[in-house]
Amino acid sequence: MNNEELKSAILAIQPAATFDESGEFLNVHISSELLLPLMLELRNNKDFYFDYLFCETCIDWKDHLMMVYHLTSKSLKHTLVVKGKISNRDNAEIESVAGIWKTAEFMEREVYELFGVKFLNHPDLRKLILDDYWTGYPLRKDYSDPVNLIEY
Amino acid sequence: MELENATEGQDDLIINVGPQHPSTHGVLHIKLKVNGETITDVEPHLGYIHRSIEKMCESHTYRQFIYTTSRMDYLSAHINNQACALAVEKGLQVEVPARAKAIRILMAELTRLASHQLWWGCTGLDLGAVTPFFHAFREREMINDIMEKTCGARLTMNYAVPGGVMADLHPDFVKDVKAFLAEFKGKFHEYDELLTGNIIFEERVKGIGYISKEDAISFGCTGPVARASGVSCDIRKLHPYDGYENLQFEEIIRTEGDCYGRYLARMDEMKQSMYIIEQLIDNIPEGDYQAKTKALIKLPKGEFYQRVETARGEFGVYIVSEGATTPYRIKFRSPGFSNLSALKHMVVGGKIADLVAVMAMLDLVIPDIDR
Amino acid sequence: MLLKIFDFSTITAAFHLWLSGKMSSVLVMLIEMTIAGMCALGLFVFLGLVLVYMERKVSAVMQIRIGPNRVGPWGTIQAVADTVKLLLKEGLTPDGADKFLFNFAPILVIIVSMLILAPIGFGKGLVIWDLNIGVLYISAVSSIGVIGILMAGWASNNKYSLIGAMRSGAQIVSYELSVGLSLISVVILTGSLQMSDIVNSQANGWWIFKGHIPIIISFIIFVIASTAETNRAPFDMAEAESELTGGFHTEYAGMKFAMFFLAEYINIFIVCAIGATLFLGGWMPFHIGGLTAFNDIMDYIPSPFWFFGKTFFLIFVIMWFRWTFPRLRVDQLLTLEWKYLLPISMVNTLLVTLMAIMGWYF
Repeated sequence: MNNEELKSAILAIQPAATFDESGEFLNVHISSELLLPLMLELRNNKDFYFDYLFCETCIDWKDHLMMVYHLTSKSLKHTLVVKGKISNRDNAEIESVAGIWKTAEFMEREVYELFGVKFLNHPDLRKLILDDYWTGYPLRKDYSDPVNLIEY
Repeated sequence: MELENATEGQDDLIINVGPQHPSTHGVLHIKLKVNGETITDVEPHLGYIHRSIEKMCESHTYRQFIYTTSRMDYLSAHINNQACALAVEKGLQVEVPARAKAIRILMAELTRLASHQLWWGCTGLDLGAVTPFFHAFREREMINDIMEKTCGARLTMNYAVPGGVMADLHPDFVKDVKAFLAEFKGKFHEYDELLTGNIIFEERVKGIGYISKEDAISFGCTGPVARASGVSCDIRKLHPYDGYENLQFEEIIRTEGDCYGRYLARMDEMKQSMYIIEQLIDNIPEGDYQAKTKALIKLPKGEFYQRVETARGEFGVYIVSEGATTPYRIKFRSPGFSNLSALKHMVVGGKIADLVAVMAMLDLVIPDIDR
Repeated sequence: MLLKIFDFSTITAAFHLWLSGKMSSVLVMLIEMTIAGMCALGLFVFLGLVLVYMERKVSAVMQIRIGPNRVGPWGTIQAVADTVKLLLKEGLTPDGADKFLFNFAPILVIIVSMLILAPIGFGKGLVIWDLNIGVLYISAVSSIGVIGILMAGWASNNKYSLIGAMRSGAQIVSYELSVGLSLISVVILTGSLQMSDIVNSQANGWWIFKGHIPIIISFIIFVIASTAETNRAPFDMAEAESELTGGFHTEYAGMKFAMFFLAEYINIFIVCAIGATLFLGGWMPFHIGGLTAFNDIMDYIPSPFWFFGKTFFLIFVIMWFRWTFPRLRVDQLLTLEWKYLLPISMVNTLLVTLMAIMGWYF
């Protein structure tokens, strides 16, 4: 599907979605609560069939966090970027997509410890990279570490 | 199953493989639960070489941050640099001179060859054959010498910069590369004789670490690991960059899905890389090696994603720019990280020795996984 | 024909006679045993140094390297330097280890390899103790070595060591069978368990030439199984440095490690010596039937040269294995023994028996 078809098909599933076509890929903005049903549809619907999550990360926009999912379909060859906005920065929560794409399990564990996003229904949400006693979320913009001279 | 809180039951033994272990190829720590020799659970623990390069990059300019990426997948250092340069060029919308593109591809394929040679040697070492290591290093040394002459460094080259490459080729480059190709082609049959045809080797890797096509996609496996399972994922073919679309080469896709398939895929990839170099080496266009760019690059506001094919698989650079001289956020999608996530799927039920074989065939580079 | 070969027993007998005239028989025995012990120890040290040097040079040739070339001419005293380094290292005993067993294990391993030296004939009449059950003695004593390895693995209180030791136990117990059966095939043809009898029976041709295909098969099985029994690659499950870091000797350092190391090389020497004695004629020179002049020349080469030449050839073969083959997996190792080597050896033993009864050998 091309971008226009994708847009209309996604709007049919989730009318609250907004779009941004300024970049290389088609971006879909959605709030974090509505994310999981859309993702399930994107993966399982034969018309979308986004079977490959090639990048999952988070961006700290200072007032809110934003999960970014880069999806592509191996068979239908279209690419889509889904952005889930997490408004509550202090108690960030979002549904896990590890049940849909297995690669998300590790990527979400990484985001969990570096951004402090709590993934609901994640099979194994523990720290992956940092020490177990680490406090703070290093990749957030307000993280400061006087020892290593990282300033807020 | 969480190994963290597990106590040792009657039949299970928990072994810590790493962070100092000969076959983890670095500081990877794997918690292994075994029943006798059979693996019942496996859990990778990362972070021993985590430097938070993504955070570091947020305070570096677009020219500076490329240098940190050589230190991620140090065996594909040039390809990482190339990806970053391409991402910045995408934001700047500069046209890279044809000569620079050709040089980048040549360097990328040489890097890929060197990386696969190292992998081949280490595979032998992991499976208990020491000799292949030395044979692989004999040819790899020639590539490193070529790199040293042109780039000034043997491993972490930092040769690609936004707009092209840092300096022109060394006058000996074409001669050296041709000498290397002639030498390596003559020696390649030794690789097959030492490992590929060896019955013990084949028994050790055939049917080990199987992953199906669907699982490979779901786990985000890329590179030879996924291609051995029948997934078409060569970025050079799917999303060509720097002029790969003008070159003739085959994407190696196999259907075995096991360690042997991964092995053969990499061996064939070496031949394809040689073929690519052969096409280019006599046809390097004349002209500039670098496009004019400003000393202090400012990217426009927006997001830029560039994927390239490193020796291990799909490497992605995701730059979020706010229009400043430094990136607002950078994410590196590293191939080893996703490939490692499939480790548990591949080894549970196998023997301890199979873990070593699978890790060798995943071709893990730990700084690439930890970043 | 045999008279031409110098018999070392004339020297030893004369020495014994001379000593007996000087002192009581108890003292004579004590002195003779001391001398034999010193010779064995000397041989140990010599073999350790030579085999380590040889291993490094052979591996270097296989790996397109030069190998040791700094210490002494052509690096010949590199092994001595290594030994000095190992001597100077701290003999660490881990905290959680069973102190007694941990320290005793290397000694046990080395004692076992010393004991097996006794019935091996290094030349005509040059043997420490030519007991009449030589082959049985060798196979009995050599299986004690595994106890030392199990002891080391258990006492180290290390999981890698334990797994390595268990592997080694399973492996050595299994491969003993094949080694035993292939030795038996020669014993059947000779009709004696005594090493000197076996060597003498090959005066008119080595068993590998006289015994037709069945003996060649048992020789091949012997080489494979003895490689496995000495824990050498491609059967080095017990060490398996890429899986178990160091296997049963992970926790050992300094001289205790060196003892395991030395015992490994002595064991290689011993199995190769046994192979050379049983299949390649021991100290018997190489003869070609009908060529008297050639045979006479061969006879002038002293018998120890023949023995060591054959032994070192076999050692080279085993080293060659190590530096070219990848390692087997532990289940493949046991499959190889129980599903292939053992049935083949059994059938082969029957064939040899048939051959011996019917007299179908030269």
